[in-house]
Amino acid sequence: MDWGALHTILGGVNKHSTSIGKIWLTVLFIFRIMILVVAAERVWGDEQDDFVCNTLQPGCKNVCYDHFFPISHIRLWALQLIFVSTPALLVAMHVAYRRHEKKRQFRKGDQKCEYKDIDEIRKQRFHIEGTLWWTYTSSIFFRLVFEAVFMYAFYFMYDGFRMPRLMKCNAWPCPNTVDCFVSRPTEKTVFTIFMIAVSSICILLNVAELCYLLTKFFLRRSKKAGNPKHHPNHENKEETKQNEMNELISDSCQNTVIGFSS
Amino acid sequence: MSWGFLRDLLTGVNKYSTGIGRIWVAVVFIFRLLVYIAVAENIWKYELDEFECNVKQPGCENVCFDHFFPVSHIRLWALQLIMVSTPSLLVVFHVAYRENREKHRNQKLYKSLGEIDGGLLCTYLISLVLKAGFEIVFLFLFYKLYNGFKVPRLVKCDIRPCPNTVDCYISKPTEKMIFIYFLVATSGLCIVLNLSELSYLIFKYSIKCYLKNYVKKHQ
Repeated sequence: MDWGALHTILGGVNKHSTSIGKIWLTVLFIFRIMILVVAAERVWGDEQDDFVCNTLQPGCKNVCYDHFFPISHIRLWALQLIFVSTPALLVAMHVAYRRHEKKRQFRKGDQKCEYKDIDEIRKQRFHIEGTLWWTYTSSIFFRLVFEAVFMYAFYFMYDGFRMPRLMKCNAWPCPNTVDCFVSRPTEKTVFTIFMIAVSSICILLNVAELCYLLTKFFLRRSKKAGNPKHHPNHENKEETKQNEMNELISDSCQNTVIGFSS
Repeated sequence: MSWGFLRDLLTGVNKYSTGIGRIWVAVVFIFRLLVYIAVAENIWKYELDEFECNVKQPGCENVCFDHFFPVSHIRLWALQLIMVSTPSLLVVFHVAYRENREKHRNQKLYKSLGEIDGGLLCTYLISLVLKAGFEIVFLFLFYKLYNGFKVPRLVKCDIRPCPNTVDCYISKPTEKMIFIYFLVATSGLCIVLNLSELSYLIFKYSIKCYLKNYVKKHQ
């Protein structure tokens, strides 16, 4: 169980995302998770061992390290990535629920028998409309909120995104104000700025996707509002024709289902 | 043999769960297992090396560490994850038993193997009770062993061979405390999910039973 498992779960959601959503997912996996695992973890790997304070007083180093790094950058990033990936699960659950309903309908031999077999239902790609639109949009909204919250938490906890070389510490049991030196400050600053930059790109992608979905929604609504006013009589005839068709289909479907089960 | 086994087990169980059960599986996977492996393990990795006492007496640090951490937080966390996932095996075994019976008798005994009814419902309810029970037991254990969920920066130790009361400093106490609170929160969420699933199933099947009897009486 590791980031690979997350990749498998989110990969399934990819099929039902918009193009911007697919780009977001790629950026997430390549520029954030992969960089975290392959590079950033090595840079922060020896952070406490190589955090050195100019004192021989035992315990001073531990206390100063804990004071300046209540929660390590690398852990905050990992949590951020986990929280930001989670809303996509809402979409995955909704899609799974829809598939389950369609399978149930198919098994009962419902009149809306559009599928030849269960495999087709499994492979079907759902369009983002109706309730799925609301789930998808809420998932993007939550993603945005989580990204913003974590970026703010970073900024607030570390007074900006720079890693200083030297920190002055006078927490007990340090005998007086001692100099403590952080290991690899420049490398850490570079990676911090990189991660913040990619977070910002992800935020922009999410905002763009949100705008795209809202635009699509309002366009569809205005089309629907436009259509029914034009052909009221014609629509009644269409409806009765459709009803006859449905009855014919349901009869033939029932026959085929009975054929299958015997 | 590693966490992949647990993942496969939980994925298998997912098939026979209710909707709330699937949410529980997702919470356990992502907010507990993944956080444990990707994040928490590294915080506690060098806890003994980084545990420092203000004394040069050999053996004092070891003894003090052992006194304050009889079982490390991270090990308790791992045990909790394993124990909490195991009751789901009961459901898997029961379904396998059903499949076996149908195969041996060459006839359809059950409406659907995975549908939660009759005996399988009892097994499922027992597994839910066990899951919630284990969660509560481990949370209580955590609370009792460490006097709450806080991790202090400094502990005072005067066990032999330490010459007198020495100050010992724990490494990364704030980070450890944050993740312990995270663990407690996710455990609490899982308990709530298990109990709501339990009430939902009991409610659903009692209504079903009641309606069946009502229909029988009036026929």
